[in-house]
Amino acid sequence: MSAPRVGVLVFPGSLDDRDMRRSFGLCGADVRMIWHKDQRLPESLDGIGVPGGFSYGDYLRCGAMARFSPVMRSLVEFAESGKPVLGVCNGFQILCESGLLPGVLVRNRELKYVCQDVRVAVEDPGMFRAELTPGRALVMPVKHGEGAYVPDPDRKPRVAFRYVGGSPNGSTDDIAGVTNERGNVLGLMPHPEHATDPLLGSADGAHVLRSFLAACVAARAGR
Amino acid sequence: MSDPEVTDELAREHGLSSHEIALIGEILGRRPTFPELGIFSVMWSEHCSYKSSKKYLQKLPTKGACVVQGPGENAGVVDVGDGWVAVFKIESHNHPSQVEPHGGASTGVGGILRDIFTMGARPLASLDSLRFGSLDDAHQRYLVRGVVRGIGDYGNCFGCATVGGEVTFHPRYRNNILVNAMNLGIARREQIFLAKAAGPGNPVIYVGSKTGRDGIHGASLLASAEFDEDTDAKRPTVQLGDPFTEKLLLEACLEAMATGAIVGIQDMGAAGLTCSSFEMASRSGTGIEMDLDQVPQRESGMTAYELLLSESQERMLLVAEKGREDEIFAVFEKWDLDAALVGRVTDDGRMRVRWQGRTVVDIPVDPIAANAPAYERPTARPADFESLQKLDLDSLPAETDPSGALLQLLASPNLCSREWVYRQYDQLVGSSTVLRPGGDAAVVRIPETERGLALKTDCNPRWCALDPYLGAQHAVAEAARNVAVTGARPLAVTNCLNFGSPERPEAMWEFAEATRGMGDACRAFGIPITGGNVSFYNETSGEGGIPPTPTIGMVGLLDDVTRAVPAAFRGAGDDVILLGETRAELGGSEYLAVRHGLERGAPPALDLAAEQRLQKLLAAAAEQRLMRSAHDCSDGGAAIALAECAIRSGVGLDVALPASGLRPEVALFAESAARAIVSCAPADRERFLALAREHGVPAARIGATGGVRIRIAPGVDVSLVEAHDLWARTLPEALG
Amino acid sequence: MKVRVLVSLKPGVLDAQGRAIEHALHDLGYSQVTGVRTGKLVVLDVDATDPAKARALAAEAAEKLLANPVIEQYEILS
Repeated sequence: MSAPRVGVLVFPGSLDDRDMRRSFGLCGADVRMIWHKDQRLPESLDGIGVPGGFSYGDYLRCGAMARFSPVMRSLVEFAESGKPVLGVCNGFQILCESGLLPGVLVRNRELKYVCQDVRVAVEDPGMFRAELTPGRALVMPVKHGEGAYVPDPDRKPRVAFRYVGGSPNGSTDDIAGVTNERGNVLGLMPHPEHATDPLLGSADGAHVLRSFLAACVAARAGR
Repeated sequence: MSDPEVTDELAREHGLSSHEIALIGEILGRRPTFPELGIFSVMWSEHCSYKSSKKYLQKLPTKGACVVQGPGENAGVVDVGDGWVAVFKIESHNHPSQVEPHGGASTGVGGILRDIFTMGARPLASLDSLRFGSLDDAHQRYLVRGVVRGIGDYGNCFGCATVGGEVTFHPRYRNNILVNAMNLGIARREQIFLAKAAGPGNPVIYVGSKTGRDGIHGASLLASAEFDEDTDAKRPTVQLGDPFTEKLLLEACLEAMATGAIVGIQDMGAAGLTCSSFEMASRSGTGIEMDLDQVPQRESGMTAYELLLSESQERMLLVAEKGREDEIFAVFEKWDLDAALVGRVTDDGRMRVRWQGRTVVDIPVDPIAANAPAYERPTARPADFESLQKLDLDSLPAETDPSGALLQLLASPNLCSREWVYRQYDQLVGSSTVLRPGGDAAVVRIPETERGLALKTDCNPRWCALDPYLGAQHAVAEAARNVAVTGARPLAVTNCLNFGSPERPEAMWEFAEATRGMGDACRAFGIPITGGNVSFYNETSGEGGIPPTPTIGMVGLLDDVTRAVPAAFRGAGDDVILLGETRAELGGSEYLAVRHGLERGAPPALDLAAEQRLQKLLAAAAEQRLMRSAHDCSDGGAAIALAECAIRSGVGLDVALPASGLRPEVALFAESAARAIVSCAPADRERFLALAREHGVPAARIGATGGVRIRIAPGVDVSLVEAHDLWARTLPEALG
Repeated sequence: MKVRVLVSLKPGVLDAQGRAIEHALHDLGYSQVTGVRTGKLVVLDVDATDPAKARALAAEAAEKLLANPVIEQYEILS
């Protein structure tokens, strides 16, 4: 069985795309970068990552303009076909703006950008179960100015991760990450791609990435 | 609306002296046009021409085996092994930040980023050295919040990790805060680009944001003059930045460079289109003819003068190979950035600019850029220099509460936790940050290699005020020591020289002494200076100037970044070792200032040879993995350094400083140089001490880590939790 | 012609910025200010002669892009 093929979207202003490529690579994936103007996705992708950063400068609202990029139509189709999608930070914001995930991320309650390690507990990680058993605690960094999750009153989220000991940003119910109803689209504010290489800090993020890759392999096999 | 008539008075309003006005007449053989006057005024401003500092900078040591490019380009370049080079520099954006802290700091970061990527290097790490007035002052707190937010907003959105810096509070910065921004990027050596306008006939292309009216005269007016009652009215001259566009510009420039079609490239910073075109032509001995009607414009009705002097951000000027313009245009179109053919390189050494069908500028290049006037300013040692050096330690009352003194110092604005600041910065993007802010030097991995770079900015302004020569030497020594404690070998220096007015002899004397001290220390260490920045006129009329502040930006090299040594303790049961000698000196110390309200005495003695022996010991010990942690002793002395190791790790300690006949407060808080605190596993202790002896560095085991208290004999015994809380609370309580 | 669209948070959604502004105003002595809500003004330059058509276009833009309906509402001001 060959390595899972993962695409990483690149928007104008994406920043953690290269970090995502590197850490997926460290976890054994074959990664392709996908420019936002591409109308078609590369052949036989098993999963797609939507990276962190400041796409379109975070102007108007985070992710508000990225969601209309040409590549997003293909992403929506990909997600609606049940294949795995992972959105981190700005990626999470883009998935919410596009409606693939419920809710919205708003400005941190203390109104300041915050970069620090946080502890989150796994709750309901959808199809990404391989190394994310409910109750498991993971340390990963957050770095954002708009990370407070506000649920959509009409679309209850499946909560994938919750901050332990309080949120760094004022998220409702300390929600750090959610999946869609079907469980194949996962969004979270903490950065697993910055918690993969032990030389740089915690390596707990590898559990998230490897769970994603396991789901990619399973999706390819049609399970 | 036509241009005003160029009179001597108009020239003087532009900041030109009578001598300079006469010189212009000689060079041109006629009166300058209004746009030409603007060009002379910015190119010959202190900020752009270095007219008062050149003669001193020429004496600095700039050569070394690792130097690929020294001063004179947009940034310095050093070889860091395996075909990689580091491109780095530090720059000031002081006056704009005083006027508009968020905008000034933001664009300061933007400017230094462009200086790095214009050379073909992807920025890897930023550091910011910040100096403010007293933290008690509400207006200073407003400036701190604005500056930190500005640095964060720009750096975080652009996507370069901010990994270090300094924050100093001192009343003498009240009306002249300092914002020094450093950046370092990495490139393959053969991919470095220089700012040349070579090849007559080659196209000159403008890329990036459209030009507006921002910042006109930012360089000449704001950075080259003191503040006075009209300071608030200078607000329109602060440029506004857009980090999103700069990120697009970075990617587009790197892609365009990869096509091989670019001959030379320079960013448009201070003095905008004028400065970049002149400098590029001057370096190549060529000329440029330009058509201002081709410049992409954001506002209507801009005059030639405005187009030439605008400091709109996020713009670059490049020279391409004739016939390959379309390759360049295609790249910038992909990234949705403007790109316009605005001129051609010529071979006649002149700058000729047309606007609306007329020639509005026709001047020779060399006299402007390379042969700008250089001055020999008078210097005078301040009258109180000798008296300020006197400090009678014996007359100082004995410290009755060493524990209380430690806690007071830990909570004081210059020693407390800076987490409030660096939490607002993305420290991680780029997946290269091995040692994050909060320790000594930051350490970043050189991507795709096993090597690392240690980065630090340092300067103790109190010591520089007491003795500029010795203070500047200390700045170099301390920066090198901070790099050495991570296990890195100090490699090269960039410097940001912040001083008062060069027209005031005492301030000019400080500059002369500080540059001499900096040069002597770098020469003694064998560390070349690859470039930097001079910021004069940091004073307010009637209020005096800032303390001399020669900020040193030091870069060190680690052959194996996995051997980088953190500053804080790693666990209980480790041996604590004090390296170096503590002397009876409290001159200019934090203890003296915070506990006794005094700023006097000579700075600590400095033995450059002893510093070098310590640097070599630390590199060897790191290579052999003998140290669990290593932390520099500086502000606040050994007691503060020990407390910091405990507080940042959550592991207490129990140590006794060597007796040697020193008063307790001297043993605890003297800021003697060439010292460090090392912790090592008991199994490695004897080998480490033997290594220290081989290197000629005094070393003594003073105790062990563990427990929940900070115990430092003589006299200090405090709860770790209490110390941590006091240290952590100061900035959040003051700043929100 | 110009159409002005005001985008603001729905009532009941926490406005942290508004709260910070309220505190700052109180610090300046304006204790009579009992609440602050913030929003954004977006001014659209529309190539149209019929104001009703321009306003309809603005409403579409607001629904699609300018406002996030989960937490924001919009008002066409003119």
